[in-house]
Amino acid sequence: MNNIQNDTAKPLAWYQRAWQSDVCWSFRHTPIAMLSALVFLILVSMAIFAPWVAPHQPFDPSTLNLMDGFSPPMESAIGSGNVYWLGADDQGRDIFSTILYGMRLSLFIGVAAVFLAASLGVTLGLIAGYAGGWVDTIIMRIADIQLTFPSILVALLIFGVARGLTPPELRDQMAVWVLIFSIGLSDWVQFARTVRSSTMVEANKDYVQAARLIGRPRHVILRKHLLPNVMGPVLVIATISLALAIIAEATLSFLGVGAPPTKPSLGTLIRTGQDYLFSGEWWIILFPAMTLLLLALSVNLLGDWLRDVLNPKLR
Amino acid sequence: MVQNMSRALVEVQGLGKRFDVSSPWLNRVLAREPKRYLSAVESVDFVIEKGTTFALVGESGSGKSTIAKMLVGLMPPSTGRVVIDGVDLMQADALEQNQLRRRIQMIFQDPYASLNPRWRIDEIIGEPVLAFEPEISRRDRSRRVAELLEQVGLSATDAHRYPHEFSGGQRQRIGIARALASKPELIVCDEPTSALDVSVQAQVLNLMRDLQTELGLTYLFITHDLSVVRYMADAIGVLYLGSLVESAPASSLFDTPQHPYTRMLLEAAPRLDGFGRQHQPPAGEIPDPINRPSGCFYHPRCPFVTPKCAQEQPLQRSMGQAQVACHEVERLPVYHPGQVIEPSVSN
Amino acid sequence: MNSDSSDLLLDVNNLRVEIAQRQGTLTPVDDVSFKINAGEIVGVVGESGAGKSITGAAIIGLLERPAGIAGGTVSLLGQRIDNLPLKELRKIRGSQIGTIFQDPLTSLNPLQRIGDQLAETALAHLPVSRSEARDLALAALEDVGIPGAAQRLNAYPHEFSGGMRQRVVIALALIAEPSLVIADEPTTALDVSVQAQILTLLKDLCLKRGMGVMLITHDMGVIAETTDRVVVLYAGRVAEVGPTASVMRAPLHPYTAGLMGATPSATRRQGERLQQIPGSMPSLRNATVGCAFAARCQHVMPQCIDVRPPLIEHESHEVACYLHDPTVAPDGARHQLISSHGNSDGVGQ
Repeated sequence: MNNIQNDTAKPLAWYQRAWQSDVCWSFRHTPIAMLSALVFLILVSMAIFAPWVAPHQPFDPSTLNLMDGFSPPMESAIGSGNVYWLGADDQGRDIFSTILYGMRLSLFIGVAAVFLAASLGVTLGLIAGYAGGWVDTIIMRIADIQLTFPSILVALLIFGVARGLTPPELRDQMAVWVLIFSIGLSDWVQFARTVRSSTMVEANKDYVQAARLIGRPRHVILRKHLLPNVMGPVLVIATISLALAIIAEATLSFLGVGAPPTKPSLGTLIRTGQDYLFSGEWWIILFPAMTLLLLALSVNLLGDWLRDVLNPKLR
Repeated sequence: MVQNMSRALVEVQGLGKRFDVSSPWLNRVLAREPKRYLSAVESVDFVIEKGTTFALVGESGSGKSTIAKMLVGLMPPSTGRVVIDGVDLMQADALEQNQLRRRIQMIFQDPYASLNPRWRIDEIIGEPVLAFEPEISRRDRSRRVAELLEQVGLSATDAHRYPHEFSGGQRQRIGIARALASKPELIVCDEPTSALDVSVQAQVLNLMRDLQTELGLTYLFITHDLSVVRYMADAIGVLYLGSLVESAPASSLFDTPQHPYTRMLLEAAPRLDGFGRQHQPPAGEIPDPINRPSGCFYHPRCPFVTPKCAQEQPLQRSMGQAQVACHEVERLPVYHPGQVIEPSVSN
Repeated sequence: MNSDSSDLLLDVNNLRVEIAQRQGTLTPVDDVSFKINAGEIVGVVGESGAGKSITGAAIIGLLERPAGIAGGTVSLLGQRIDNLPLKELRKIRGSQIGTIFQDPLTSLNPLQRIGDQLAETALAHLPVSRSEARDLALAALEDVGIPGAAQRLNAYPHEFSGGMRQRVVIALALIAEPSLVIADEPTTALDVSVQAQILTLLKDLCLKRGMGVMLITHDMGVIAETTDRVVVLYAGRVAEVGPTASVMRAPLHPYTAGLMGATPSATRRQGERLQQIPGSMPSLRNATVGCAFAARCQHVMPQCIDVRPPLIEHESHEVACYLHDPTVAPDGARHQLISSHGNSDGVGQ
């Protein structure tokens, strides 16, 4: 029972082992996971290759034709005669193309914010869990305080402060980075809590004692021994956080404090689109909103599946 | 005693460990509780001769693992000293400590928790080499790992596998190889076979004995299992609630156990030839270490109890080859192992 | 002991348990047969992975998917219980079979007072009134030697020490006066002194009430002191069955012999070398065609590898080994196994 390795068989190549691993097997037997992964992959690759995929270059004013404004989907526009698949917005920009570029920005901000949150949370969680005592108390109380505010509020607060500190002429340029910073800072707590508790479990195990016994420095124990063993749940949280971060970014942009209209994200697109909802130009808001929904949903479903497979106890 | 003839590698004097088990500060202030302490270990003395095996035997709450941790320097003692080869473990400077660390290693109880699951075997066994001899080249290190693997009965090709690919007994061999990697003199073994099956336990115990003869190792062997001790130890200390109640050479302890607790342990252990043995099971259970009984900690369960036992804590006294902490030791009846009653032949 | 067939309590016949996994079907219990008579304590001994706990779970119908009984029968007092619907099985589980597990907390409800748990079990399985059930609960606690039983009825499980908790579990298992008790490593988590208390208690109570006991353990010493007969399991199969003293003194199966030689004990001279069985138990994933012990056995013969040895009667034992099969074993192969096993020091992997 304890020796799973088949001693007589030839060792499998890494891709064979990966294909037969529990995670992969579960993936192959969970249609929802496969479907959401497919949707996510399509969306991501369209975003990454936006400059090549997009039929138009919506942010180059020289290619825009104002006469094409409000052109409905699948109809040839008044100005240029182009057919915009998903219609055009008030300035005659192709909605499909703006969505691709907007998604690119949303994804970038989301991934970077999660990366920031994860690095911060994992580091603080490791330190708190391993050091214990007052270090732990201070870190975890800060986390508790932050948790009492809704994270969007925290993000708004940090965003406001950070924006106040940046010189006005740089604001539009810096907006993306400020967004990443504020969303990342608002989201580290979950990482820190999970990592802290698994660090406390792992630190008591004998392999850590063995490393302490031979006088390994603390940072080596943290990085080499503990870090690899607490990363399992982090992957799950990161996936779920990605969906949240994308939505948080959209929310901030929708509220007008996020990505500037000159460099719109999905949230900015939805905000501009809502102005025209009641005047009948429904496509300007509907398609960006649908994309956001699809993106967040597919990431979320993937995260749920990953959580069930990797760590059923997190449920 | 033989003590003067051979060299003592480990001297433990008046070793004690107190843990603060009070509730958090605010709760304590609100509930007006005093601070509470748990004395896990109290004034323990013993000496381990070079090249021998000293066993610490005790049931749960006896403080045996705490002593192990203090001996290897994972936990500072509250009182007393641990002297390794003439150097006081607590007073040594950083350089001395590093050198001592190299000479003391440990084998752990749970073979599933003592190896980092994300590390390859060669990384696990090579870590002590890396830590103590950083100048050694990568190639020499892997050669050393291969030698160690073969020394513990595994194959050099196992170096590139991960812990989960091995059985419990094989993992314990890997743990032993890691302990040997820094060429130690003293190995502290904390219940090294209690998680293993009998047939695998025999393999590991035999291996440990062979290594002792081969490399002249000194063992501190910590266990709850007297039968394993009989097989491994030269001298034995019996712990009860953090104190040594008896220490003696192995043969003398098994043939003429002195302290009533030692006698009880020997009697209560199931015997392979004890078919249908009828014996009076020992009375009572181990008390809570936070509220230890007054006087001799064993007096509430002791069949030979006198009023003095409840008042005065007994000191260690010599009795034959043994050191015994019992007021009544001279007056105890001569020990004879419980009668074995053969199963009546009724079928 | 009486061993008339009229006293036959539990009859396990060719029991087979399978676990369906995506890599294939595992067979943790493979063709296991043994009997327990009334008033008899039968030990089931084996190392981890031998299938001893799964056998116990299969008998009381506690297997959970994907594990399930795939063959054979289990009969209690002549009635088959392996194919009963869950509802009837539950009735039997409390009233005719009592269970004691290693961890007392799995059998006790942490949020309910001990007295209520005992009384409820009595009410569910015996034709008694509420106050009678209460009296039974008190009597049960007194029987298992809990001091101050009357006050302790109102205590919660966490207020008991480990040994006392196991006593409560015994009281709970015995309150409905079952005819069979299945005890799965009941003393493994306890200290030696408490273990001796619990085993003595279990033995006394079962003898007094004429119950049959199936005692699952890995400890040969416990087997020796407690049981009348012993079933030695290896890799999910029966290696040897017989009267305890006879099996342990003169084991017929090489595995039993090796197990005895490997166990450190008080009877051994100090410093005497332990005999060791090379290698380890085959993994469930690598099921063997022939004898499961063949790869570790000193006396291995060609047929051991090819054909699985059947359980044959030999002297007072039943043993699954060709060494004792007069149609197969060469003359002189059946000498004492213990002495010949002593020289095996090959370090196994």
